[in-house]
Amino acid sequence: MSTSSSLPFEEFRGEIAKAYPSKVGKKRMKSMIQATPREPREIQANVRTVPGIISQRGCTYAGCKGVVLGPTRDIVNITHGPIGCGFYSWLTRRNQTRPETPESENYMTYCFSTDMQDEHIVFGGETRLKEAIQEAYDLFHPKAIAVFSTCPVGLIGDDVHAVAREMKAKFGDCNVFGFSCEGYKGVSQSAGHHIANNQIFKHVVGTEDEAPEGEFRVNLLGEYNIGGDAFEIEELFEACGITLVSTFSGNSTVSHFARAHHADLNLVMCHRSINYLAEMMETKYGIPWMKVNFIGAAATAKALRKVGEYFGDEALKAKIEKVVAGKLTETQEYAAEVRKRTQGKTAMLFVGGSRAHHYQELFKELGMKTIAAGYEFGHRDDYEGRTVIPDITIDADTRNIEELKVERDPELYRERKTEAELEALKAKGLEIADYEGMIPDMDPEAFVIDDVSHYELEKLMEHYKPDLICAGIKEKYAVQKWGVPLKQLHNYDYGGPYAAFGGARNFYEEIDRMVGSKLWDMVTPPWLRPLEPRPVEIV
Amino acid sequence: MLLRHTSTDVAERNALTVNPAKTCQPIGAMYAALGIHGCLPHSHGSQGCCSYHRSTLTRHYKEPVMAATSSFTEGASVFGGQANLLKAIETIFSVYKPEVIAVHSTCLSETIGDDLNQIVQKARDDGKVPEGKKVIFASTPSYVGSHVTGYANMVQGIIRGLVERHAEPTGKLNIIPGWCEPADMAEIKRIALAMGADVTMFPDTSNVMNAPMTGKHEFYPRGGATLEELSRAGDAAYTIGLGKFTAGPGAEMMDKNFSTPHSLQDLPYGLAATDRYIMALKRVTGGDVPEELNTERGRLLDMMTDMHQYLHGKRVAIFGDPDLLVPLTEFLRDLDMRPVQVISGTPGKAFAKRMKELFEGRNAQVNIKNGQGADMFLLHQWMKNEPVDLLIGNSYGKYIARDEDTSFLRMGFPILDRVGHSYFPYVGYTGAMRLLEKMLGLFMDRQDRDAPEERFELAM
Repeated sequence: MSTSSSLPFEEFRGEIAKAYPSKVGKKRMKSMIQATPREPREIQANVRTVPGIISQRGCTYAGCKGVVLGPTRDIVNITHGPIGCGFYSWLTRRNQTRPETPESENYMTYCFSTDMQDEHIVFGGETRLKEAIQEAYDLFHPKAIAVFSTCPVGLIGDDVHAVAREMKAKFGDCNVFGFSCEGYKGVSQSAGHHIANNQIFKHVVGTEDEAPEGEFRVNLLGEYNIGGDAFEIEELFEACGITLVSTFSGNSTVSHFARAHHADLNLVMCHRSINYLAEMMETKYGIPWMKVNFIGAAATAKALRKVGEYFGDEALKAKIEKVVAGKLTETQEYAAEVRKRTQGKTAMLFVGGSRAHHYQELFKELGMKTIAAGYEFGHRDDYEGRTVIPDITIDADTRNIEELKVERDPELYRERKTEAELEALKAKGLEIADYEGMIPDMDPEAFVIDDVSHYELEKLMEHYKPDLICAGIKEKYAVQKWGVPLKQLHNYDYGGPYAAFGGARNFYEEIDRMVGSKLWDMVTPPWLRPLEPRPVEIV
Repeated sequence: MLLRHTSTDVAERNALTVNPAKTCQPIGAMYAALGIHGCLPHSHGSQGCCSYHRSTLTRHYKEPVMAATSSFTEGASVFGGQANLLKAIETIFSVYKPEVIAVHSTCLSETIGDDLNQIVQKARDDGKVPEGKKVIFASTPSYVGSHVTGYANMVQGIIRGLVERHAEPTGKLNIIPGWCEPADMAEIKRIALAMGADVTMFPDTSNVMNAPMTGKHEFYPRGGATLEELSRAGDAAYTIGLGKFTAGPGAEMMDKNFSTPHSLQDLPYGLAATDRYIMALKRVTGGDVPEELNTERGRLLDMMTDMHQYLHGKRVAIFGDPDLLVPLTEFLRDLDMRPVQVISGTPGKAFAKRMKELFEGRNAQVNIKNGQGADMFLLHQWMKNEPVDLLIGNSYGKYIARDEDTSFLRMGFPILDRVGHSYFPYVGYTGAMRLLEKMLGLFMDRQDRDAPEERFELAM
């Protein structure tokens, strides 16, 4: 597409608004803007989806149990509720994990549920929950058991936290903690991320004293090892001599979390889902955090160099340069080869709370233009940058999510960098405790649409005919019926990894396949194609 | 090992379900509603329910699954979901313009006591339902029954909301297929048409959940029972329900509400169940069984007898839904295979009773368990204690199959890692041949893999 030759943005927005009942249309208009940085405009985000709109969004439980806690292998995650929630979040997110040994704990292939029945709704489910926790403990003797509340649990008033405390005290050797992540809280998965952050912070982080060895110790936050992304990054860190204390939460264990307070820097990948933990760890333990992105070859190099800059160690920097030098050129050469076929093609990304931003990097490297993008559960700061946080209206849905009051830990707090040092690093371009958001990285003409509806997505396709769309499973086959390939960026379409250098290469290859295939041209059968002139018969 | 914590010691569990062999009601309701032409399913609950159901159905069918949600927030959960549903109905008719909205409840809306009947009536009274458009509903609390129950409940919702009785009988035959694949529904209909019946089938997900690629996304695909057909279904001469759990309550309701006599059969998986289906059709149509069906039956039996040596005595573990398990187990039994372990998470005494009847008077040791405590963890433990040659069930079975090095046939819901189930039927005689082909392929591939070199066979 080129926005200049096709339907102008305002007309598009007007057409969309008209299709809805008028109030709904007015509301949706506020969630659609053009990126144009010259004219700072506010995008409406993290607000309720209007009932009846076909939205991409899921629920708080999904954000908590599925996204944040799902990738940790040695916690027995019990869903307290009817069977469905546990069933649907069972192995469906493609979080990979590598237990240390064939005997090491790994419960990720299991689904645990209290399978509540009507009598528990009527008489309460606490007894059943206690019994279920006891049975899980007797069967597996895990290090940790987590309890996730589904919608009815909050409504009938089961106190999962009291039950967890009681069982923890009873066992003595098993950490038991609960999450009030009922699906109806908040407006999307985002509330669930926040709840997950709070409880991991309260119940796990800082509970193990043993400090991991290593000179340059970091945590990686908001990386969930979909399709093996975390493995790529782990490998890279190792090559550079960076010690990864814990990932939150790809390929992680509960002990990794427990020791995370020993790190000297928190690297934040998915800002939306994990910034709470970064902030709380800074306050309590003095660990500064920095926004990074390992999606895209250049972005990966940049992220590593920022880590080098942060620690300010020449040997580390040299090692990073050596790793980057080998991999970056090689990856960029491959991108150049693919770019011959992808240059000028267009993409739209409607996904997640950071991927719609991060993946634009990869498309840039392929010479492709992102003409529209938006998050499913992002907030304004994910679009406009953290500077807008003080201006964000706190509505009832946000107020319902607990904000932990965190204080400096008298024993464990350790200042890693002085204010002045951090300021100096910021001046060098490190996003210390900061995130500039998606919009500044976008083409000024591009559309930014929050919580895109299915109707809007199909209208975007109709008017702007992108070569590729990135979204999720619910959109995939509808889009592809139109003859446009869709790349799932939640679960990577059963592919990946796409992080770091090796991942970037995989992604280039994948996009080359998707936008280059002639399969899509076979839709019209020969008998419906225009008649070709008959060959002239030679007499 | 993928399921490394599953031990051989079977301990009594009262409260903890591990690796369920069922899921919740609303997804069944959503699937049934997709079998109505021009219908948009609507989930009255929080967004996650709708998102999970759409995702699971989409992964199973590799097809768009359009459905809307009441998007409950904390406020709605406290004050009731009426405002949300009214808003949803208005928005849906304005943007997505369906012929009918099929609302199902969730554990959330049921727990707070939302009355769908009252809210839908209010929507009509408030003029939010345009002329000629319909809103139907079914109560599907997730804490009762399973996905199987949800399907049955939406079938009844369809009957209550869309089926009418007029003065003039149509002489038609209603077929209510239980939960099966779109290809199975098409095959069920083909057989009925071959028998000379004039059929109204509902739900009918064929040409909905296996729609062609045409360069255009049909928001409401071509298939599905139409409102017009449904409105006359009460004037039909007869109703055949296929599957006690998923179609039974609907077939009975047709009888009760419209005095259409009904017969309840198993879903026609395997030879004997297909025979019974055809006999039921014959009783309605009175006509002869056409040559094409006789030939198909003969071919199936030919394959069964020819390949008997590879099937005889093979031990099989199965998990899934009652309406599949009953006729499937019967077919395996008739092939002289040994279905030895059967699990369904779906509760209901009728299931265990039917299963026991299948083995009455036969010297067969079969472990059967359904409902509370019947999960895949238990099945896996049984398999560890008494190994089987074949495991049949949905995609989650692949973890057990890999750990135990057991042949694995995917049947049931959901199948997330293979294609074909939506396109090629397992019901009817030809469907049974496909099932045989699949099983034989698994046994023979294994024989080829494991045979010592000197016993490696060219012809089998």
